[in-house]
Amino acid sequence: MSSTQNEWPLWEVFIRSRQGLGHKHAGSLHAPDAQMAIQNARDVYTRRQEGVSIWVVPAESITASSPDDKEVMFDPANDKVYRHPTFYKLPDEVNNM
Amino acid sequence: MTEDQHIQAILRLGDDTLVLGQRLSAWCGHGPILEEDIALSNTALDLIGQARNFYTLAAARENQGRDEDKLAFFRSDRDFQNHLLLELPNGHFGDTIVRQFFFSAFALERYVFLSRQLMDAEVAGIASKALKELQYHWEHSAQWIIRLGDGTEESHNKVQQSIHDLWSYTGELFEADEVDQAGFEAGLLPNLELLRDTWNTRIDDCLQKATLQRPEDGWMQRGGKQGIHSEHLSYMLAEMQILPRTYPDASW
Repeated sequence: MSSTQNEWPLWEVFIRSRQGLGHKHAGSLHAPDAQMAIQNARDVYTRRQEGVSIWVVPAESITASSPDDKEVMFDPANDKVYRHPTFYKLPDEVNNM
Repeated sequence: MTEDQHIQAILRLGDDTLVLGQRLSAWCGHGPILEEDIALSNTALDLIGQARNFYTLAAARENQGRDEDKLAFFRSDRDFQNHLLLELPNGHFGDTIVRQFFFSAFALERYVFLSRQLMDAEVAGIASKALKELQYHWEHSAQWIIRLGDGTEESHNKVQQSIHDLWSYTGELFEADEVDQAGFEAGLLPNLELLRDTWNTRIDDCLQKATLQRPEDGWMQRGGKQGIHSEHLSYMLAEMQILPRTYPDASW
């Protein structure tokens, strides 16, 4: 593998595994442009029938939360169990909750 | 078209795809980048899968107790009737892509015809499946031609040289011999003159986008379909066939 890999932008790949489901992050890869990124994603991430649709997004376009903000962002949800739907009694007919 | 010619036509389809598949498989682990390594290996697997289908069909039709493995591993270079273009060494990445570009444009159009002809339903079935794979091989190589041609000065010059080097191997694709002629008259094989026109359109469109020059048609190589090969094929076959020939009962 040559150093060209370092010169190509990084793309994040999202795959929709079945119709009706959302696209899920599958991984990332290097490609010179969006069209080649789709082709590469097809070869790298869907060779075992993993998907029916592919999105690629330039990794640099993604704004991520900072690990330093983890406590501020996520800890306040810890003690709010009432946000989980565990206090409701579901009728027997409802199977898929 | 005699029964022998019919079987020969199917064998040739297998030989083209096996020889190119074997060549491409040598890129595994050596691709310029990881993603391209996987793409070339996927393409090799597609082609070898197509070869298996054609060989299995040919073996069933000839009914001489041979199977796909016998046809792949126990025939010598003179028995192979692939186009010469496909047996050439991989060269650098640009050489490999140009070879793939020339062949995919040809094979794609050939499969379009084969999948629609009504003379041999089993050939049509294999071709319909292979057609989807070839559409991708074509797209993949054409996109690379555009990027290499319209890329840096170095990539442009290298891929232009590859096109120049391989051009004399493209004439054979459209040169009909008795089998092609009989196949055409029987409705099994395409008219190679018409196929050349669609091939030209594909190639010219893409070369133009890639800012590359189409070479002048000059003297063309020929002989693959008659079993007269370049010096490269027998070395490739020796490597490919050594294990089953040394241990004919080996299994895995």
